[in-house]
Order: sequence, then structure tokens, then C-alpha cells
Amino acid sequence: MPLAKRIIPCLDVDQGRVVKGTRFINLRDAGDPVQVAARYDREGADEIAFLDITASSDNRDTIVHVVREVAEQVFIPLTVGGGIRTLEDISRLLNAGADKVSINTTAVNNPDFIREASQHFGNQCIVVAIDAKQVESEPDSPRKWEIFTHGGRTPTGVDAVVWARKMEQSGAGELLVTSMDRDGTKNGFDLDLMKTITSQTGIPSIASGGVGNLEHLVEGVVEGGADAVLAASIFHYGEYTVAEAKQYMARQGIEIRL
Amino acid sequence: MQSRRIVVVDLGTGNLRSVTKAVNAVSPNSEVRVSAEPSVIADADQMILPGQGAIGTWLKQLKPGSELRQAVMSALDEKPVLGICLGLQALYRYSSENSGQKGFGLISGTVRHFSEAGDEFDQKPDQGMRKVPHMGWNRVKQTNAHPLWNSISDGERFYFVHSYYVDSQDSDQVSGQTEYGITFTSAAARGNLFAVQFHPEKSQHAGLTLLKNFTRWNGSC
Repeated sequence: MPLAKRIIPCLDVDQGRVVKGTRFINLRDAGDPVQVAARYDREGADEIAFLDITASSDNRDTIVHVVREVAEQVFIPLTVGGGIRTLEDISRLLNAGADKVSINTTAVNNPDFIREASQHFGNQCIVVAIDAKQVESEPDSPRKWEIFTHGGRTPTGVDAVVWARKMEQSGAGELLVTSMDRDGTKNGFDLDLMKTITSQTGIPSIASGGVGNLEHLVEGVVEGGADAVLAASIFHYGEYTVAEAKQYMARQGIEIRL
Repeated sequence: MQSRRIVVVDLGTGNLRSVTKAVNAVSPNSEVRVSAEPSVIADADQMILPGQGAIGTWLKQLKPGSELRQAVMSALDEKPVLGICLGLQALYRYSSENSGQKGFGLISGTVRHFSEAGDEFDQKPDQGMRKVPHMGWNRVKQTNAHPLWNSISDGERFYFVHSYYVDSQDSDQVSGQTEYGITFTSAAARGNLFAVQFHPEKSQHAGLTLLKNFTRWNGSC
């Protein structure tokens, strides 16, 4: 199939700086978002994701400025998530130069919000972020995952796969699926979780959480069925460049934009 | 080179800032304005017609008989125009989106949802389900030579995001094709009109080259 699988470096942004933690805690500074985004663009990233993890809403303007500045020099799709609560929040980010917004907590608190947002802005720009964690299931039955909100702090009791299908019906254009069990561990994606979601939904899905080497990216596509793979720390700390990742995936026979 | 006035028509949807910034980046001498003012559209040398989201909402801004619609229609008639995404789809006679919408009818064919494409689009067992929207970087085969393809390789990848596609009737008006289960028109051209389904403003080098070609285009083939 000629459509290429995408590699998306993700920048967790806290008060205007790129940071990265393990299992959503222990944050480390990883640079200026505009410079980091420009570097990924030069290396051939297919898209860039920003996740605003700033806890206080006072600093929300910062992410709008970051997007505005990045959009002046980076001409690939930009996805922005974190703290989006209203149609006005979406509008501000799109006007600043974002192409898509990713929504998690607000979708769970108010499922109609995804319908309203996709009707208003088009489903092409509405990404639903699913933070999923494995929960106990009956012995000998398939694994189960539950979704969490508020940056992984609040359990919801909602099954991740049921939720993914519901969000597709509500008008989500894409799903960003993060395994909280794997996030920051470098042990690879939760491939069962990805495969379960990608085989039961008809919209594109991004695999996220756990990438520690380039083979993990390949697994996300080949075994997990993901349309795009997202990674943060392997790129931030210079272990691999985006270009190396793309060449590696292409050598494994995956359709990639080189 | 003399400064050219380029209007980016603002019909209230999509990320117009990216289009503007991308044109600024490739043609610093051009004067780019985002506007829905009929006089600004009339005064411009060239028009970019971008659009994302639902075509019904977008076309609603061009009320029949309004000055804005007249300004856009006369620009489509005489100025070099670049249509992007909905700006391509609107050039056709009819779109099945939003319970059916009438387009400008300047290019022969219709606009349909991928799910209306029929058996050809169905999944192949070894490839998994084909997802809609068609989202990401796909190849564009240049089926007709055009000044806007200058310095762009045949088969180059551009960034797409759409659930509706155009089904052209006249192959002379097809300038580029893309495969996604079916082969669809990803670039159409007729006289002073050139329109693309992909987003050149989000397609890095290839997209910037196309925009640069547009800023240098006088509207003839």
C-alpha cells in the first residue's frame, strides 16, 4: 500500500520546556520546543505531537505561543494535546497553526464534546487520546485495559476497547493509544492493546508508550497494526535520529516516506 | 521580481495560518492576505482557496448572490487559483457530503466518500482494514505536465487527510493521481485553476516547492 506509516516524535511540554518522565512522573528537561521541533523536521519527522502537561491552567497560553512559533518554520502536521476543555481552546490552537488536537479527559467527562468538536472543526483534526492500563480479567479470558484521565492519575472504570469504538462513532478522526504500563519503560509497545484496538476500529491509530529501540517501532506497525508510531525519549536524548528510525523501518519492508 | 498580491480566502474553517506562513516562507516578496473581503479578493493577483472540515459548512459562507461569492467566482474565472482540499472538491459539480452539496461545476466529476467506492476499496485479508480518513503521506503520480509540478519528482509524497475523494470524468483535467484502495484524482487542472487534495502547506519540501511554483505561475499551462 503506498500510504506511508508515520513516525511522530512527541514533545511533552511543561511551562514552555520539553520534558520527559517515566510512567508519567520523574520529569527531566529535554530542551526548547521550537528548536527540538525544527530538528525533528530536518530529520524527516512525518508529524510532530506536543503534549502540554502543564498542570496549572494559568500557563495554558504558553503552549499557544509554542505552536505559533513552531508553525512559522515547520511545515509538517502538528498535533497538540493537554488541557483542552472547550471549542474555544481548539479554535485557539488551530488558529495558532496546529492541524489536530488530541483530547482525553474532556472526552471522558463529556462524551458529547467529541461529537460537537468534530462537527464544528471536521473529524480530520480531532484525535482522541486513550491512556490505557491493564486491569485484572477473568482467568483464561483475554486481557483487559481501563482508561485513565488527568495525565494518568484518575481511573475511570471504562474499558479501553469499548471506549475506542465509542469515540470512533462520536466522530474522532484518529486515536492516540498510550499504554501507561509501558510509558517510559523502553520495553516496547503493549502490542496486544494496539492490535485489539486497531482490529476493532476503522480510523487511524497511533501507537504510544514504551519505545526503547527501533525494532519496537517496527513491531508497533507489523504486530500492533498501528498507522503511526509515536516516541519521545529515544529521539530527545540522541539515541537515534528520526532519519535512522525511518531507514531502519524501510529496511524491514515497511512503507516509509524517506 | 515584482511583488504579487495573493489572497487566501477565509471561509472560517481550517488552519489558514499555515498556508499563509508557507507562502511567506517560499515567496518573501509576495503580499499574502487572509481575507473574506470581496474587494481584497478582486484586487489580488492570485487566489488560494483552502478548506478543511465539512464542505456544507464551508460552502454556506458563499451564499448565492452574495458579493463574496461573486468575487470568488470571478477570481476562479480569470486569476491563477490554487485550491486545497475542500478547495479542490468545491470545483466539482456535486459532493455527497452533508446530504449532498452543489459545487461550482468547473471541473467534470463528483465527490464521494471512500465508503461509496465499492468493492475495489474493500480490504484485502493480508493488509488489514483500510482506514478512513485517508491520513498521512501518500504518493502523487503526475498524469499531466503542469508548471506547478516543476522541480517535483513524479511519485513524490504529500500529506493527505480526507474522507471524501474526487472522481474525475475528464482525464485531461486530471493532473495527479493517488492510490488508496482505489485510484483517485489528487490534483486537477483546468486553464487558470490548479487544485490538490493534499496539503502542500504541510508537505515539507515537496509542498513548499509546489507553493513556490504557484507564486510564479501566470495561470497558463
